[in-house]
Amino acid sequence: MEDGNKFIEVRDLHVEFDVRAGIIKAVDGMWLEINRGQTVGVIGESGCGKSVTARAIMNMVPKPGKISGGEILYHRKNKDTGEVTTIDITKLDPDGEVIRQIRGGEIGMIFQEPMSSLTPVYTAGTHIYEAVSLHRLVPVKKVGDQMVETIMTYRKVTKQEAREIAIDMLRRVGIPKPDQRVDSYPHQLSGGQRQRVMIAIALSCEPEMLIADEPTTALDVSIEAQILDVMRELQHSVNMAIMFITHNLGVIAEMAEEIVVMYMGKQVERAKVVDLFYDPKHPYTQALLRSIPKIGKRGERLATIEGMVPDPFHLPTGCVFHPRCPMFMPGKCDRIVPTNKEVASNHWASCLLYEEV
Amino acid sequence: MAAATLDSSQKGKQKQVSQSYWSLVWWKFRKNRIAVIGGFILLVMYVLICIFAEFIAPYDLEHKTNYPEARPQTIRFLDSEGNFSIRPFVYGLEKKIDDKLRKRVFVENPQVKYPIHFFVKGDPYKLLGFIPGDIHLFGVQSDNPEAYIFIMGTDSNGRDFFSRIIFGGRLSMLIGLLGQFLTIIFGSILGAISGYYGGAVDMFVQRFTEFLSAFPDIPLFMALAAAIPKFWSPIAVYFMLTIILAFVRWGGLARQVRGLILSLREREYVLAARSAGASDSRIMFRHLLPGTMSHVIVIATLSIPGMILSETALSWLGLGLRPPLTSWGVLLQEAGTVYAIRFTPWQLWTVVFILITIMAYNMLGDGLRDAMDPYSAR
Repeated sequence: MEDGNKFIEVRDLHVEFDVRAGIIKAVDGMWLEINRGQTVGVIGESGCGKSVTARAIMNMVPKPGKISGGEILYHRKNKDTGEVTTIDITKLDPDGEVIRQIRGGEIGMIFQEPMSSLTPVYTAGTHIYEAVSLHRLVPVKKVGDQMVETIMTYRKVTKQEAREIAIDMLRRVGIPKPDQRVDSYPHQLSGGQRQRVMIAIALSCEPEMLIADEPTTALDVSIEAQILDVMRELQHSVNMAIMFITHNLGVIAEMAEEIVVMYMGKQVERAKVVDLFYDPKHPYTQALLRSIPKIGKRGERLATIEGMVPDPFHLPTGCVFHPRCPMFMPGKCDRIVPTNKEVASNHWASCLLYEEV
Repeated sequence: MAAATLDSSQKGKQKQVSQSYWSLVWWKFRKNRIAVIGGFILLVMYVLICIFAEFIAPYDLEHKTNYPEARPQTIRFLDSEGNFSIRPFVYGLEKKIDDKLRKRVFVENPQVKYPIHFFVKGDPYKLLGFIPGDIHLFGVQSDNPEAYIFIMGTDSNGRDFFSRIIFGGRLSMLIGLLGQFLTIIFGSILGAISGYYGGAVDMFVQRFTEFLSAFPDIPLFMALAAAIPKFWSPIAVYFMLTIILAFVRWGGLARQVRGLILSLREREYVLAARSAGASDSRIMFRHLLPGTMSHVIVIATLSIPGMILSETALSWLGLGLRPPLTSWGVLLQEAGTVYAIRFTPWQLWTVVFILITIMAYNMLGDGLRDAMDPYSAR
């Protein structure tokens, strides 16, 4: 992978939640890389740390939680000069100026719940104006007194321009009659339309990456397909990276180029989408893929993953998956913590099956 | 041509589709007749008393006459000889000594009639402080400079009581409005901060409101009112009293706002706003507070009467406004003696005005409470 193309690197990220019953390690040594323009899918069961990882990238870990280790390197490209500077997001003040510019302006995010993600007292248009007025700047050409060359300065967009941007964005996400819908309140929009508005808000500032945290989970299948189409189309037009979080394997197979499988706050496998679906290496991924119902196979019980998700306060020793693993090797898996190994080209798994111990 | 009509008919449709929250509230509010009546009464009272007091009142606030403690004159259409006149009139007043009471009284003299006219010239005034005028809504016209009309009698200085009630209402009704406005500002800002940040900030704000509400009201008012220097101008005293009232009363509102913010801040749209790069203050004041506004407006409307009554009570105790400022509380204080109740009971007309105002506020507030939730079944 070319280095200049990297956008976000999550390195050995740890996020802990200090609750009364003890400390929960929601993310426990997570590695993730996202390149510019690439779609990375993150899958895993509920509570495996997908959303927390996404929140950590925005430096928005919810209250009792905190980032306790590791770094999130953000390779920020200056839009004018193309110069790349690297920022460690975990070191930023979570309410500071820099992170607020990054949030929304450079990394957009959409959420699972389109029903409640819009402030009920504002119209769809107002939401977009807000995002646009916070981030989008219009270049103004100014000629310096002493200098011959032009200097680029920026000003904020005016209300009229913001409204035009809002209508244009709503049109691009496929909302009918955008010039009327721009004045609609959230309760007047359907679930699919609200999610489109959310996407429009996130994309109105032309971010370089979009974090989509289960964006279609709350929607029905036909709307889901439309939303995915909208996202793909927009991604192609603006060359945006997408971090797509879901537990729906079908959706991810359609959307992502690369997939990261998470289990108990760790990355267990990472591969190109085709490799992962046709040749999964980690026993957890294999079990996950077996548990997809298949059309045409009748009379068979649906395969499930044995056992339960372990108690977060008493994590198993060694490989965290070993109590549920069909390939459990006694004496090895319960003692040794596996490391992330490249088991095939561009295919990484952390399992002792592929380690010489 | 055809295109134009189509366009306009479509525009009509759009308006129906896009009903804002406030239009729904208004629609529901209008159906509640009692609330509309209450709102209308208040609107009329505020416009007439606060803006046009000088015009409505027949005499100036400090216009002293030679008729102290005169009882209200009856407005008549029939005179003592049975002659009917379409223009109402009042009898002139005559001084007499009442032997039983051993006191000077004024009785109506059927020989002297003063016809009542609308829009008569009288004491000059400046409306809103800068529009000069001398026309009053009603009054008597006569060559006799001693011709007066006192529809609610006079006080011990011979000042027209109706005029005094109108002028006093201006201060009393405005103190409710201004004080409540300050309460809303204090209460919602502190409530929002307390609910949004939680932790130590919340702890501090909440303990402070508890302290204020646990403190006995009257001694606190006394202490604060005693702190107002005697040499301050009446206007400064008035504003200070408004601030004191707001200061004592913001706690309850702050608690309610805090509770609402606590539930609202967990909503997804707060997360969405944060992820769009909104700052804390933006989230608090642009995304969270508007969601509590309908609630706040209802509470505020329902507690304005309390504010007005507090002013009245304080002034009655002699802790609030003092003459020469005239408010309903000040007027009641003058009426609050056995002597006044025995000899000048018309001074209790003030109570009627206070009652009407407070009833109207309660009617309006109840209606607003129902209307602010336009999606409820009722």
